[in-house]
Amino acid sequence: MKKDRIKEKSPNHELHIIMYLFVTVFLVITVFFSAYVYLYAPKTINSSYNMRQQNLERKVIRGTIYSSDGEILAEQAMNHDNVEVRYYPYKEMFAHAVGYSTRGKCGAEYAGNIDLLTSNAPVNERLQHEMAGERNYGDSIITTYDTALQKTAYDALGAYKGAIIVIEVKTGRILAMVSKPDFDPNTVSENWAEISADTENSPLVNRATQGLYPPGSTFKTVTLLEYIRENPGTYNDYSFNCKGSYTYGDTRINCFHSSVHGKVDLLEAYEKSCNSAFANIGTLIDPDSLNKTAGELLFNKELPFDISSGKSSFVLNSGSGEEEIVQSAIGQGNTLMSPAHMALITCAIANKGVLMKPYEIERVENYRGTVIKEFSPEEYKRLMSEEEAEILKEYMTDVVENGTGRKLKDLPFGAAGKTGSAEYGTIKGNSHSWFTGFSNPEDPDISVTIIMEGAGSGSDYAVPMARRIFEARGSR
Amino acid sequence: MTTVILGLSRYVLAFFFALYTLHCFLGFSSGNEEERRGTAILQALFLILIHTGGFTVLYFKTGDPEVLFFCALQEVLFIGYMVLMRILYPGCSRLLINNMCLFLALGFVMLNRLSPGDHLRQFVIAVFSLIITLPLPYLTGRIKELWRYTYAFGISGIVLILLVAVLGQVTRGSRLSISIAGVSFQASEFVKILFILFLSGILSEDCFFGDSRKDRELRSINAVISGIFALAYVSIMVLSRDLGGAAIFFMIYVFMLYFALKKPWILPAAAVAGAVGVFLAYKLFPHVRNRFLAWRDPFSYIEGQGYQITQSLFAIGTGSWFGMGLNDGSPDKIPIVTRDFIFSAIAEELGCIFAVCLILVCISTFLMFINAAMAGTDPFFRLLALGISVSYAFQVFLNIGGVTKFIPLTGVTLPLVSYGGSSLLSTALMFAIIQGITAREGML
Repeated sequence: MKKDRIKEKSPNHELHIIMYLFVTVFLVITVFFSAYVYLYAPKTINSSYNMRQQNLERKVIRGTIYSSDGEILAEQAMNHDNVEVRYYPYKEMFAHAVGYSTRGKCGAEYAGNIDLLTSNAPVNERLQHEMAGERNYGDSIITTYDTALQKTAYDALGAYKGAIIVIEVKTGRILAMVSKPDFDPNTVSENWAEISADTENSPLVNRATQGLYPPGSTFKTVTLLEYIRENPGTYNDYSFNCKGSYTYGDTRINCFHSSVHGKVDLLEAYEKSCNSAFANIGTLIDPDSLNKTAGELLFNKELPFDISSGKSSFVLNSGSGEEEIVQSAIGQGNTLMSPAHMALITCAIANKGVLMKPYEIERVENYRGTVIKEFSPEEYKRLMSEEEAEILKEYMTDVVENGTGRKLKDLPFGAAGKTGSAEYGTIKGNSHSWFTGFSNPEDPDISVTIIMEGAGSGSDYAVPMARRIFEARGSR
Repeated sequence: MTTVILGLSRYVLAFFFALYTLHCFLGFSSGNEEERRGTAILQALFLILIHTGGFTVLYFKTGDPEVLFFCALQEVLFIGYMVLMRILYPGCSRLLINNMCLFLALGFVMLNRLSPGDHLRQFVIAVFSLIITLPLPYLTGRIKELWRYTYAFGISGIVLILLVAVLGQVTRGSRLSISIAGVSFQASEFVKILFILFLSGILSEDCFFGDSRKDRELRSINAVISGIFALAYVSIMVLSRDLGGAAIFFMIYVFMLYFALKKPWILPAAAVAGAVGVFLAYKLFPHVRNRFLAWRDPFSYIEGQGYQITQSLFAIGTGSWFGMGLNDGSPDKIPIVTRDFIFSAIAEELGCIFAVCLILVCISTFLMFINAAMAGTDPFFRLLALGISVSYAFQVFLNIGGVTKFIPLTGVTLPLVSYGGSSLLSTALMFAIIQGITAREGML
C-alpha cells in the first residue's frame, strides 16, 4: 500500500517543479542584482567612461577631503566671482596625492570620487533639500595623509625632480606621497593646455606611482633573495674578490666610482653595494627562476593601489644574452620600476613578508562628521616567507650600520634600507639617487622610498632626505 | 510646490509600486470574492497613482501639456479595459489584468521620457492589441475544435519563420522581421504561440493518458515527431541568428515535453543538450563569442562589444536604490534602450527598489500563468498555459538577466514594458489566452 501512495503523484507534480525552478532563478537574479547595486556598483561607476557622474554632481555638492590630522585638503568654495570652485588650500604640496576633479579625476579625488558625490546627510535634511530642489552635501573622506610628514617630504625634495612615498608598514596606510615637478590643482583647469603640453617636465604624472625608473642597486635586494633561495644553507659561504670591475663575456661591469671593494662575502657585497660581486651572482643564479621571484614581488603585475599606477617590468629569462644577465642582476638593463612598487617590497620585508594593501582613504563621514564607513588594514599578499623577510631585514639593517646607508646610523630608533644610484640615458655617470628603507627594525614603523632624478649617488642625496622624514615621524 | 513634488517623486513612486507589488501576492492568499475584489481595486488604484505620478513628473520637467493628455487617455484605456474584461468575462483574473496594465503603464512612462515617437506608436499598438484580443478569451474556451488542427499550427509556424529567414530584413546582424504593407513584423513573436499550440495539441492526445502497449508506442511516436518539429524551429532560429528566440523555443519544448511525459530524466538531459548547444553556438558564430566576451569582461571591451552592457551597469549603479528621478538620468546613452534595456532605464531613473518590485511583479505574473495550468482540467489547456508560462518567464529571465550581466545579452524584449509592436501584440495574445483558460475554469 505504501508503495502505491508514493507512486501516485499529484497531477501537478511537474508543474510544481517547473514553478519552483523558475521562481528560484528569479530570486537568484534579484539577489545578484541587489548585490551588484550594494557591493559592486560604487566601484564600477567610478569609471572615467561613466558620463553619469555629471548627473550626480547636479544633485550633490562634492564633499570635503581631510588629512588624517584633520586639515582640509580639498573643499568646495566660492571664488571672487562668486562661482563655486574646488579649493585646495595646500596648493602644490598635495597636487598628486589629492589630485584634481575638474579634468578627469585623479589621486584621492579619484579614489573617493563616488563617496564625495554621495550624500549620507541625515534623512530629514536630505528630503528637505530635495523638496526645495537644492543639492545635498556630499560625504567627506578622511585620508591617511599626514600634513606634517607630507610637508617634510615636500620640502626635502626641494627643487629636484622625483618622488617620495611614505607607507606605514603594518597597515599599508600611505602617510605621504610627493611627486615633482608639480602643479597647482586650484588652477589646473585654467592652465590645462600649458600643463598638459609640458612633456619635458610632465608635471601631471604622479612619479611616485606612475614613474618608471631603472632601480639600480635597490634591485640587489631581489637578486639577493634569489641567491638565498637557490643556496639556502650555503649563501653565507659566498665570497668574491672585487677589483673594481667584473667582466662576463664582452660585458664589463664597474663598481660605483670604480671603487675596489676587495674580498667580500655576501653581506659585505650587499652593504657596500658592490656591482662586481652582484654581477657575478647574476651569472650564478637561474635567470628563469629570478624572473619568477621578481614576478612574486609584483614585477609585470598590476599593483594593488586604488589610484592609477604603472606596471614595473622585468624581462630577463634563460634566452637573455650575457650583457642582459649581468646588467639585470644589478638593477640596470631593461628593468623598470615605480617608487611605489619599491616601497611595497620594502614594506613586505619589514612586515615579515606580508604586504598590506596600500590605501589612502581611512574613513568616510557625512558632512557633519558621522562616520559612514571605515576602512581597516587588510592583507594583500605574502610576497616571501617570514624567514626570508627576516634575513633581508638583517641585510638592510647592516647597510645602515656599516654600509652605504651610514648617514642614518645614529637615529635613536634605528633604520634599515638600501641605496641605489641608477644610471640612465647614454651619458655615463648620470644617475638617479634612490633610497628605500624603514625605521625601527626591531618593530618596523614606516617605510620611506625616495627617487631623485639625476641627483647622483643614493647615499649622498637620498639618504639624508630619508633621515629628515624619519626624524619628522620620530619614534612611535 | 513643483519642486516639492519633483523632489519627493522618486520615493513616492517607489512606495506606491511596493504597495502594488504587495497586493500581487496578497491576491493569491485572499479568500472570498469580496476580499479579492477589494484587493484588485486597491491595486488598480496604486497602478493609476504610479502612472499619474510618472506623467506628472514628466509634465513638470518638459512643460509639455501633451504629456497630461496622453496620461488621461491611457488611464481611460486601462480603466476601460479592466471594466470591459470584467463585464465580458466574470471569471477572468483581475490581478492579471492589473499586471498587464501596469507593464504597459511603466512602458508608457519610460517611452514618453525616452522617445515621444516610440511612445505614440506604442500607445496606438497597445489600443489596437487590447481591442483585438478582447474576444480571444471567449474564443479560447469555445472553439475547441479549431485548436485541434495541430499540424496546421506546427507547419505554418515553420513556414513563417523560414519565410522571414529568407526574405526578412536584417537588423543588427539578425534576420528577424518582415514588412507587410509598410508595417514590420517580428515573426518569431507570433510563431512562438503557433509552436505552443502545436505542442499542446500533439502532446495532449489520448495516448498520453492510457497505459496500453499501443498508447505507449503512440506516445513515443508523438514525442519523436514533436522533437523533430522543435529541432526544426530551433535550427531555423539559430540560422536567422536569433539565439534568444532559439533558447525560448527550446525551453518551451523541454518543459512541455517534461509535463506531458512526466519523466524526470528529461530535465537533466535537456540541461546537457542546452549546454552542448550553447557550446556549439560559441564555437560556430563569432557574434556569440563577442557576446560572451562582453559578458565575461565588459570593461576590457568598453569601446566595442562591451559598450552596451557597461552603459547598462553604469545606469543601474548610478541610479542606486531610489534612482536619479525621471528625466534626471542618462538612460538614452544606452544603445537600443527602449527595446532591450528598458529595465536599466527604469533602474537608473526610478531606482533599484522600483526595479526589484518589477521583477517581483513579473514573478507574480508567471505564477498566475502557471496557476491557470494547475487549476485547469483539460490537458490541452493545461499544456497551453504551461507553454505560455515558460515562454513568458524565460523571456523575462533572458532580458533582465542580460541587462544586469547575470547572463550574456540575447537581445530579447521585456514583455509589454519594452517598445515593440510585435512583442506587445503577441504578449497581449498570450495574456488573453490565459484569461480564456482561467475564465473557462472559473477560478481566481
